[in-house]
Amino acid sequence: MAKVLLLQGNQACAEGAIAAGVTFFAGYPITPSTEIAEIMAKRLPEVGGKFIQMEDEIAGIGAIVGASLTGKKVLTATSGPGFSLKQEFIGYATIAEVPIVIANVQRVGPSTGQPTAPAQGDMMQARWGTHGDHPVIALTPASVPECFTLTIKAYELSEKYRMPVLLMLDEIIGHMREKIEIPDYDTIEKPVRKGPRVGPNEFKAYEPDSDGVPPMADFGTGYRYHVTGLVHDETGFPNGSPAATEKLLKRLHEKVERDIDNITMYEEYKLDDAEIAIVTYGGTARSAYAAIDMAREEGIKVGMFRLISVWPFPEKEIAQLAQKVKVIVVPELNYGQMVGEVKKAAEGKVPVKPMSKYDSEPISPKELLAFVKNL
Amino acid sequence: MEKLIEKYYRPRLPHIWCPGCGNGIVTSSIIKAIDKLGLDQDKTVIVSGIGCSSRASGYLNFDTVHSLHGRALPVATGIKLADPELNVIVITGDGDGTAIGGNHFIHTARRNINLTVILFNNNIYGMTGGQYSPLTPTDSKATTAPYGTLERAFDIAELAKAAGATYVARGTAFHANMLVDVIAKGISHDGFSLIEAVTQCPIYFGRQNKKGDASAMLKTQRDNAVTVEAAKKLSPEQLEGKFKIGVLHQSEAPEYTKQYQGIIDRAQKGAK
Ligand SMILES: Cc1ncc(C[n+]2csc(CCOP(=O)(O)OP(=O)(O)O)c2C)c(N)n1
Ligand code: SF4
Repeated sequence: MAKVLLLQGNQACAEGAIAAGVTFFAGYPITPSTEIAEIMAKRLPEVGGKFIQMEDEIAGIGAIVGASLTGKKVLTATSGPGFSLKQEFIGYATIAEVPIVIANVQRVGPSTGQPTAPAQGDMMQARWGTHGDHPVIALTPASVPECFTLTIKAYELSEKYRMPVLLMLDEIIGHMREKIEIPDYDTIEKPVRKGPRVGPNEFKAYEPDSDGVPPMADFGTGYRYHVTGLVHDETGFPNGSPAATEKLLKRLHEKVERDIDNITMYEEYKLDDAEIAIVTYGGTARSAYAAIDMAREEGIKVGMFRLISVWPFPEKEIAQLAQKVKVIVVPELNYGQMVGEVKKAAEGKVPVKPMSKYDSEPISPKELLAFVKNL
Repeated sequence: MEKLIEKYYRPRLPHIWCPGCGNGIVTSSIIKAIDKLGLDQDKTVIVSGIGCSSRASGYLNFDTVHSLHGRALPVATGIKLADPELNVIVITGDGDGTAIGGNHFIHTARRNINLTVILFNNNIYGMTGGQYSPLTPTDSKATTAPYGTLERAFDIAELAKAAGATYVARGTAFHANMLVDVIAKGISHDGFSLIEAVTQCPIYFGRQNKKGDASAMLKTQRDNAVTVEAAKKLSPEQLEGKFKIGVLHQSEAPEYTKQYQGIIDRAQKGAK
């Protein structure tokens, strides 16, 4: 039975994971993400799943990589400093093609920063935090209900493309309470992992289908394959030849690029006749809705392009937007991160104005309205 | 032996190890222990970190993970907890397991999760070319200790025991049959098992410290190792400079994954 509840964003994320079929969580507490771990510690055993509090963030992500290899859907949650510690394993899961989901509830940084204050300062860490060239899928919810649905979506994507998916919350969204209608979990389609269609003798662990994604066998089922973070051939065995290196890295990028239209998610709000576009995401988008409504009352034609998938960045859509409007404003809770991507995509066709705030306070609708009026 | 090679090794030659390296002997001891116990090959997982010794996972015909430097134990913990039916064996080096992975090591031992860890102790970082490790004896030469190491070495067996490991043993590449035996006992043991496998790196530790070639290093293992039983009859003076081999510690404690099943039962009773 569907239920209407008042939940926190973090709670909705945890419940979304359970609804998606997650049965394993490993992590290390850090504000403002801790509620996710606490809820999973209570909820997972109820559904026959397992929770373990590891000795640090690296161990947390290491354990979910291991659990995922046995066929489980897995989650870890953290905030900025912990996200940094997890980066090496994020890269590992990317090259070894192990589906995992990581929720990063952002707080002010660098370093220990301001643990309880909101920020959106890890957007580039999400993109470039680990080393090497690699694709990234990162989603950013802007409401409690969206924490639930995007978490389920994260599993769909991570299982489909066999890679880490990052849920980039911010403290506003993680700690905000909102009404949410939660469906009966039995009615929710559980994302499925593509399993092998050949027997163990013919199985090559990293031989891709035409979609660029290799079917994945669960450990313990007789396929006996090798998983490594080294560049490898289709059997999974290390092979550092230039040809094998290029082939693997290209495939990792292309399995995401070729499907970019299916991955890209955004919302347009009052954008049809807009002359000013606000491109924003997460908690900051909340203020943008209100600011746009206030501006409209004053006859200012403003609309919003809300990023839901931030990585891969919707370059094409932003390029089109740049053809349509007179100016783009990018409010975000950092010194300027996604604004750089917007500028790149706009290619100088339209002025792109950052509205950066980094004093540990959210951007208020009034501030945003004032900024727009001052353009 | 040929039968074992065909059954348990992937056809992946040549391997990356130097001539005279002890890693092959230790690896084959692991295989012989697995064979001796008749473990189901499809239900046995081998997880390693990064280093020369950690490359062994790739050569073995099981579900295998060559994880990150120092991080084999968290990955193994995830596998074992997610599917307690699996036998999970960890291969790690002295640097991998006790330096970068030191914190994971003590906590995994403390949880007493049913994993078998074989720590290849060659006293040096082999893969990166001979830097000192936490198991390098004091006053040894290493590329990062050209004047000799200042640091005191861990006794990894004592550390494991203090951290809560319920099975601790030591063997050497020279005493290969005995190594098979202590590994097999560790795999059979229900809880966290550490087996320190003393092995030779003639290329980096050996050369820098004038320990001779591989055969000389194997002889040193022979001459300095004293079985636990024999050690009981020797005085502290006689034991000076020697190390013990065999089962060093065994105790009983609740095993983590079994305990966790109790949590599930409690939670499900509460939820109903
Ligand atoms: C995070 C990280 N730091 C450093 C390295 C480089 N590295 C690879 S193997 C190794 C040491 C291996 O030594 P040990 O564990 O003793 O294994 P051995 O090669 O001697 O078998 C180091 C430092 C790495 N791969 N990753
Ligand atoms: S460097 Fe040392 S440990 Fe590594 S393969 Fe060579 S002999 Fe073995």
